[in-house]
Amino acid sequence: MGINSKYTLENRRYVIGGAVVLVILIFIIRLFFLQVVDNDYKAWADSNAFLKKTLYPSRGIIYDRNGKLLVYNQPSYEVMLIMREVQPFDTLDFCNILSITKEQFIKRIADIKNRRLNPGYSSYVPQVFMNHLSAQECGVLQEKLYKFPGFYIQNRTIREYEYPYAAHLLGNIGEVNRRDIEKDSYYVQGDNSGRSGVEQSYEEILRGVKGVEILLRDAHGRIKGRYEEGRHDVAPVSGKNLTLSIDIELQALGEKLMRNKRGSIVMIEPETGEVLCMVSSPTYDPSLLVGRQRGKNHIQLAKNSDTPLLNRAIMGYYPPGSTFKPTQALTFLQENVITTETKYTCAHGYTFRGGKPACHGHASPLEVKYALATSCNSYFCWGLHDMIDSRKRYPNVQEAFEVWKNYLVSMGYGYKLGIDLPGEKRGFIPNSKYYDKYYRGRWNSSTVISIAIGQGEILATPLQICNLTATIANRGYFITPHVVKEIQDTPLDTLYTQKRYTMVDRKNYEIVAEGMRNAVLGGTCFNAAIPGIEVCGKTGTAENPHGKDHSAFIGFAPYHNPKVAICVYVENGGFGATYGVPIGKLMMEKYLTGDLSEASKLLEENMSNAVVSPNILSLSNREL
Amino acid sequence: MQLFHLIYYHYPIVSYRKTEIWKTVDWLTIILYVIMIIAGWFSICGASYEFDNVGLFDPSGRPGSQLIWMGLSVGLIFVILMLESDFFDVFAYFIYAGIILLLIATIFLAPDIKGSRSWLVLGPLRLQPAEFAKFATALAVAKVMNTYGFRLTIPRNFACVLTLIFLPMVCILLQQETGSALVYLAFFLMLYREGMSGYFLLSGVCAVIFFVVSMKFSEVTAGVTAIGELLVSSLILLISVLLVQIERKDKRAVQVILGTTAVTFLGGFITSFFIPVDYSWISIGVLLLTVGYLIFLSIRNWVWHYVLIALFALASLAFMFSVEYVFNEILEPHQQVRIMVSLGLKDDPSGAGYNVNQSKIAIGSGGFLGKGFLNGTQTKLKYVPEQDTDFIFCTVGEEQGFVGATSVLLLFGALILRLIVLAERQTIPFNRVYGYCVASIFFFHLAINVGMVTGLTPVIGIPLPFFSYGGSSLWGFTILLFIFLRLDASRRER
Repeated sequence: MGINSKYTLENRRYVIGGAVVLVILIFIIRLFFLQVVDNDYKAWADSNAFLKKTLYPSRGIIYDRNGKLLVYNQPSYEVMLIMREVQPFDTLDFCNILSITKEQFIKRIADIKNRRLNPGYSSYVPQVFMNHLSAQECGVLQEKLYKFPGFYIQNRTIREYEYPYAAHLLGNIGEVNRRDIEKDSYYVQGDNSGRSGVEQSYEEILRGVKGVEILLRDAHGRIKGRYEEGRHDVAPVSGKNLTLSIDIELQALGEKLMRNKRGSIVMIEPETGEVLCMVSSPTYDPSLLVGRQRGKNHIQLAKNSDTPLLNRAIMGYYPPGSTFKPTQALTFLQENVITTETKYTCAHGYTFRGGKPACHGHASPLEVKYALATSCNSYFCWGLHDMIDSRKRYPNVQEAFEVWKNYLVSMGYGYKLGIDLPGEKRGFIPNSKYYDKYYRGRWNSSTVISIAIGQGEILATPLQICNLTATIANRGYFITPHVVKEIQDTPLDTLYTQKRYTMVDRKNYEIVAEGMRNAVLGGTCFNAAIPGIEVCGKTGTAENPHGKDHSAFIGFAPYHNPKVAICVYVENGGFGATYGVPIGKLMMEKYLTGDLSEASKLLEENMSNAVVSPNILSLSNREL
Repeated sequence: MQLFHLIYYHYPIVSYRKTEIWKTVDWLTIILYVIMIIAGWFSICGASYEFDNVGLFDPSGRPGSQLIWMGLSVGLIFVILMLESDFFDVFAYFIYAGIILLLIATIFLAPDIKGSRSWLVLGPLRLQPAEFAKFATALAVAKVMNTYGFRLTIPRNFACVLTLIFLPMVCILLQQETGSALVYLAFFLMLYREGMSGYFLLSGVCAVIFFVVSMKFSEVTAGVTAIGELLVSSLILLISVLLVQIERKDKRAVQVILGTTAVTFLGGFITSFFIPVDYSWISIGVLLLTVGYLIFLSIRNWVWHYVLIALFALASLAFMFSVEYVFNEILEPHQQVRIMVSLGLKDDPSGAGYNVNQSKIAIGSGGFLGKGFLNGTQTKLKYVPEQDTDFIFCTVGEEQGFVGATSVLLLFGALILRLIVLAERQTIPFNRVYGYCVASIFFFHLAINVGMVTGLTPVIGIPLPFFSYGGSSLWGFTILLFIFLRLDASRRER
């Protein structure tokens, strides 16, 4: 260890100084060998340099549930340029070939050189001059390419859509921006990534893995061949294919029926949670957002006041109206607020609050199954009153209300369900704190009565409403709705295979299901009946403070062992029976029987031609 | 409130002897500094220059922004030199605490930029707090080591210093900036000067050597002999024998060990005619025998040193056996690849080896005199990422050649040696410790950065002081250096 005297410690400066000198000497010797002795490196630099060429994988293909091709790839071409290698050329000729103006040409060159827009710019590295060229355009350019030194053509692929449907679901791809590049080092300038829909939520599965080819080039940029015969090249890995749970024919029918209407149709296979169709109207042709026209079309769609880019099925906030009543019946039954025998009176309205909310004419007093079948408002108002105003069950209104809210949350309301699509909204179910704040702690069932009939503060997405229908069809559970049925060589997330039970027992679901069956047999939605199939349903007419009422319908069929659950929501459609029921019936008939009967075809014509919201974007004027 | 009083009533922050500072400050270091930042600026021009792009003085380009930061550095220097010299002593802990808080905040506030969470984004400005933690840590360590009765040999004192060093290191590791965190190992060089046992450094050097040797030969066998293990265990034996010789001058013990070794290997050689023999096991066996012998000597002579040497041998053996586990289980895959590449075990020109390969080509192509300012083609092909930050030395090598690159190395050598001379002439430990911190940090940056660029050490992303592009790093090093110059300028005042 030595003696730690001051003298020996001071001597350590020579050890440290010696280490510094030694390291620097090693570096100088190393440099001497690299730069002076070894001529290999000079030869490398003079004649060779690596050019890493990216090999793009083909993006995964998307099929519908019956194996029909929905989205695939087509070759497209990009004009690249290496600024350093450009020599004076006939700009006019060049512009004519690509059919652009001289101004566009000048602007594009300026944009490429602008480091703020294009942070990775280098005059030595290929830059994208123009993308999405068709084979014809490319052919013309290819012929004259020798006249334009510095310009190259690179192969890429572009998305093609087999059908003009399901734009919201499929989504589209677009060029990555600076933020994407910083977040995920996979991307470089000019790459594409999913911007919406399945293309976005399954981006990492669809995109595959880029490969690389290492080429050698000389100081003039000429390619000299592959480095070590491609021993270090990495082949690209194609993206995985997706099979959606969507039935494209059903989707097409849905979009046709929703022409000239705003709203949404969602259908779910209750047993699996698979979404069979998801219509959001107005919609657009997905191929509008492909290729060179993408930017222009996207702006037009984004500016449109009917918000065609919005996927109303998962982003639209709607009052569920009377379609909410089954949740109330289930909650009251489970909490023993009512039994199947409990009867409440109705005198064209909720008498406890002087006849408001109002109701229509039907027998009174009535019990729960009939109340569901005839959609009696008073019944559910009384139920809510008995549940949260009675101090026998819960010590105060706040606790009673929290119990009420928890039931709804267990049924999939108030929070995101977790569908495999980007941008899902959570809807809104108030809690007691919300009302405490709003009414300063003094409130009871009368203050908030409209929530009993799915009005007031209650907001839900059509997906949540449809999912509720699926829980009734399943008699007490649901599987998180999802639109991807199968991923090539990859198991689905367990989220989409696990049952999520609600807080209500199966026996109470049987009662509600029977009530909904009665609604079709002789209640508000008798028009939903399909010969040979036991359909259950519930209409909804949601009051809309901004205009005409919204027309809604939920249903499932068959009554026993259901195969489909549906929610139809037509904004400003008036009564639930006007649009919701017939559209719902047609959709269910199409899915369950595979076709429409003659009578239904007539109804289909009527519905698809009916105009609820004039002048909106629809199938007929999709091409912008 | 106390702090407030301290600042406003009892403590004149700004020196009133403004004129004196210019006489006592070390001009040689300042000249070296000025030459280096100017040379650095020209290198950045070379690395980011393009014939058809913005001018060198355009603030939107990199040379332009570096010029702005250089200008602001001059301001910083004035402020530091105008401060009272004991300002740094008085506020050392406050500065340290503030920087640690900032480092912790950065872990949570910083956006994820290519896997690292070390940049604080304030509007258009990006700041890397880790660059400023170096001088703060150096101040705090200097202050602790300046306290009366402080001795590194007292375990409690040593632990205190280690805590001060490892705290920022851990924060920076959590920001996913392994390179910047490793810089704190430089403090051990200063600790060595201040009395830490040289065996700490020896162990570090041994660990590196054993690691390199056992990795390099891990798959190599001759007959049934595992060459890596044979080499490392023989090295351990050799070092142990040397230690016995140096510490105890015990010729007899040395002869016994070497004799046993020779006899055992001879026995192994004869046996190998009949059955295959793994010599590495023979070597390990001899090592274990030696350990036993050393313990016997220690008990017989009642001398502590033999046990220590035996412990060293055993620990080294354990290290040898755990190297592969540590490498495979603890290091990240990209770190494994970088190490493999620098050891020449893996040729990966499309991935991790690509940067180093390109960097070597760029430097190698510079030749003796270089291609001339702004004439480098390799660095401009943009095939070496970070070529104006961490890989800036390539540009120097390519454009200025062997002459230029060597000059830069000599400049650094002069600066570091000058700093050691300055540190040694300090009369109080605070100044000396801080001075050695500065010298050690510059040395570590130089060794790792140039080593990485020339392919001698694995790729560890740390900047080359005063050359690499970046405001945070330039300011960090400027503050680090000039606080010491300020302390040095007033060495006679106290």
